[in-house]
Amino acid sequence: MLKLFALLAALCLSASADATESYGMPKLDIGKGGQCVAEPQWMRKNHMKVLFQQRDETVHQGIRDGKYSLKNCIECHASLRDNSVIGRADSFCEGCHRYEAVKIDCFECHSSKRRSALVQKEH
Amino acid sequence: MASHSPLQFKNRLFYALVAAGGLVVLMGLYAAHMMEEHGHIITGMNNQIVWGIPHIFAIFMIVAASGVLNVASIGSVFGKTVYKARAPLASLLSIALLAGGLTVLMLDLGRPDRIIVAATHYNITSVFAWNILLYSGMFAAVAIYLWTMMEQRMNPWSKPVGFVVFVWRFILTTGTGLIFAFLVARQAYGSALLPPMFIVLSFAWGLAVFHVVQSAIYAWNGNTHTPDIVKRMKNLLGIFIIGALYLVAAYHLTNLYFAHQSGFEHFILVDGGIYPQLFWWGYVLLGNLLPLLLIVLPGLGNTKSVITASMLVILGGFALLYVFIIGGQAYPLNIFPGYEAKSSFGDGQIGLYQPSLPEFLLGCGGLGIAFLITTVSVRVLNFIPHDKPYIAGRGTTD
Amino acid sequence: MSDTNVQRRQFLKTSVGAVAVAIAPGMLLFDMAHGKSEAVSSKVRWGMLIDTANCADGCNDCVTACNKENGLSGGLSPTDSQWMRKVELKDMRGGRTLSLPMMCQHCDEPPCVDVCPTGASFKRADGIVLVDKHLCIGCRYCMMACPYKARSFVHEPLHDQKPDVPRGKGTVESCTMCVHRVDKGQQPACAEACPNKSIIFGNLNDPESEISKKIRTVQSTQVRADLGLNTGIRYQGI
Repeated sequence: MLKLFALLAALCLSASADATESYGMPKLDIGKGGQCVAEPQWMRKNHMKVLFQQRDETVHQGIRDGKYSLKNCIECHASLRDNSVIGRADSFCEGCHRYEAVKIDCFECHSSKRRSALVQKEH
Repeated sequence: MASHSPLQFKNRLFYALVAAGGLVVLMGLYAAHMMEEHGHIITGMNNQIVWGIPHIFAIFMIVAASGVLNVASIGSVFGKTVYKARAPLASLLSIALLAGGLTVLMLDLGRPDRIIVAATHYNITSVFAWNILLYSGMFAAVAIYLWTMMEQRMNPWSKPVGFVVFVWRFILTTGTGLIFAFLVARQAYGSALLPPMFIVLSFAWGLAVFHVVQSAIYAWNGNTHTPDIVKRMKNLLGIFIIGALYLVAAYHLTNLYFAHQSGFEHFILVDGGIYPQLFWWGYVLLGNLLPLLLIVLPGLGNTKSVITASMLVILGGFALLYVFIIGGQAYPLNIFPGYEAKSSFGDGQIGLYQPSLPEFLLGCGGLGIAFLITTVSVRVLNFIPHDKPYIAGRGTTD
Repeated sequence: MSDTNVQRRQFLKTSVGAVAVAIAPGMLLFDMAHGKSEAVSSKVRWGMLIDTANCADGCNDCVTACNKENGLSGGLSPTDSQWMRKVELKDMRGGRTLSLPMMCQHCDEPPCVDVCPTGASFKRADGIVLVDKHLCIGCRYCMMACPYKARSFVHEPLHDQKPDVPRGKGTVESCTMCVHRVDKGQQPACAEACPNKSIIFGNLNDPESEISKKIRTVQSTQVRADLGLNTGIRYQGI
């Protein structure tokens, strides 16, 4: 697992903005986008670490206001077309993970849908 | 066939056996894959019967893995020569059975892909977590024990290491018993008698497995038991059977004595459908009384009847575990003593369980793993018990 | 000299006070906007008091609300998850009948936490017993150990889970006391949904809370009190 992350990190590092085009890195549907909670390049490299840390704090200590929450990621980055971060080749999470061949374990249990959209649908 | 030399025939037999064992293992792995893919919905297990057929296979193998070492212990700790010659085979069987049982247990998990979590996150208060340590320790101890026996320079160490194994397996079977003994809320479990019961059951099941395997190996290699050894080992089996029967009886009798558990005992022993049937016909009659007759009746105690008795003991073991594990869960929890309860979640009702094919395939896959390890090891290393003629001839003086 | 000093002190006091008054609402707003940033503490112990006398036979509103809130299918087959269920009881001696909701009792000494090999079953500092599904390997030992049959195993792959309630195949789950609502200062869904207000939710450690006051005045019981688990859910009238 760690090796995979290291590999992902290395690949992300090596792929500079220009190289992105030439190496055929997927064009991602970044949803609303906008100002991320951290610098995008840093997030590419470290999102799993901060997500894991926040996850443990939330589950065990009930701290729910951290900025690195999965729900926050999804809220901004779910596609505006289907409100999801997975399911398509250019989905925000799945696109990159497919490219890097890293399995995402999150969405077997977690909803991949934008919460605000789901709430609207209910009303 | 007649044109082939016996050696060629033995070679072919070996490969045929390995292929057959491999096929069983593959089927087990396939079943595990299906369970991983579709979830436990394809098994008969549910929210009331949470442990099913895979656990019966796994617990049988783990308990037998501990018991089969008895043969080695009698040799190394108590210095009986006949058993000493059998210590390597017993140790091998122990490793094989443990590997098979643990594989089944692991593949039955809801998230077998997370097995590494079990190693990295350790809850000190959990009997399950203790057992993880006990099992890995057992592997290591028995492997070292084998090494001290098979490597001549290490021979002097085989006695102390044998003693460590002797102690370790007692603790291991105690741990297996404790998994159930600590379940205070369930009427079938939560009894301090369970660890000793499992230890004595392990003696009987382990020795029975040993008998069957030893005879099979002898048969394939054109050897035969010397009648003297058969006689001695069958008497031991008889004693273990009586011991096991005694502890199972004690467990049920103590339960009967506690008034609030008589409902459960009535269910398991009288009117619980398949469970009393399996208990009386399967465990008591086929698994105990018949083998005892086969062993002690004059004119019957030959090799063939001892093998039959051993197989019956194994079958009886499975029957007992079915009654103990499935029957124990099927009887409803008494959450509100003094009240009749009814709900959509099975309160106050007997749990229904219909084992499915994938569960059996997975369980048999575990047996297949044990079989493969044994067959290949016996072929490549010298595990066949050799009795020096003068020892066999000396009678029972050692 | 001393006069000036007094004046100066007065001035400092006033200005500090003014600054505090100016900042405080901002801080408060910040806190509210960001939820609570502190870890839950053992000063709180969440619990419920369920009045079985008011719990109507045949009413299933709490269970329905639980299913809706947590995204459960509501199916009743033995492989479906039921975090909460209505149990109909009949006294074997007098024949008195009563009805009550049964779920995780959020024990102070939870057997499920004791037996869990990986520590996936855990008790939060505020007494809520949960499963960390990131650690759960699906061994089901906790289901064997639970005296209340409160836990369910997810037997099938799931889709369209609630964003606030992640659930997944191969792990064990149970009532979370709607921890995601409680952390926001709301009541559990069942307590809110009960038409007779038979479920009082609150802090058992706060002597002034409604639940504590009521527990002091009425006779309440813990289910299987003989096991000494000190449950967070108490019942009235059994």
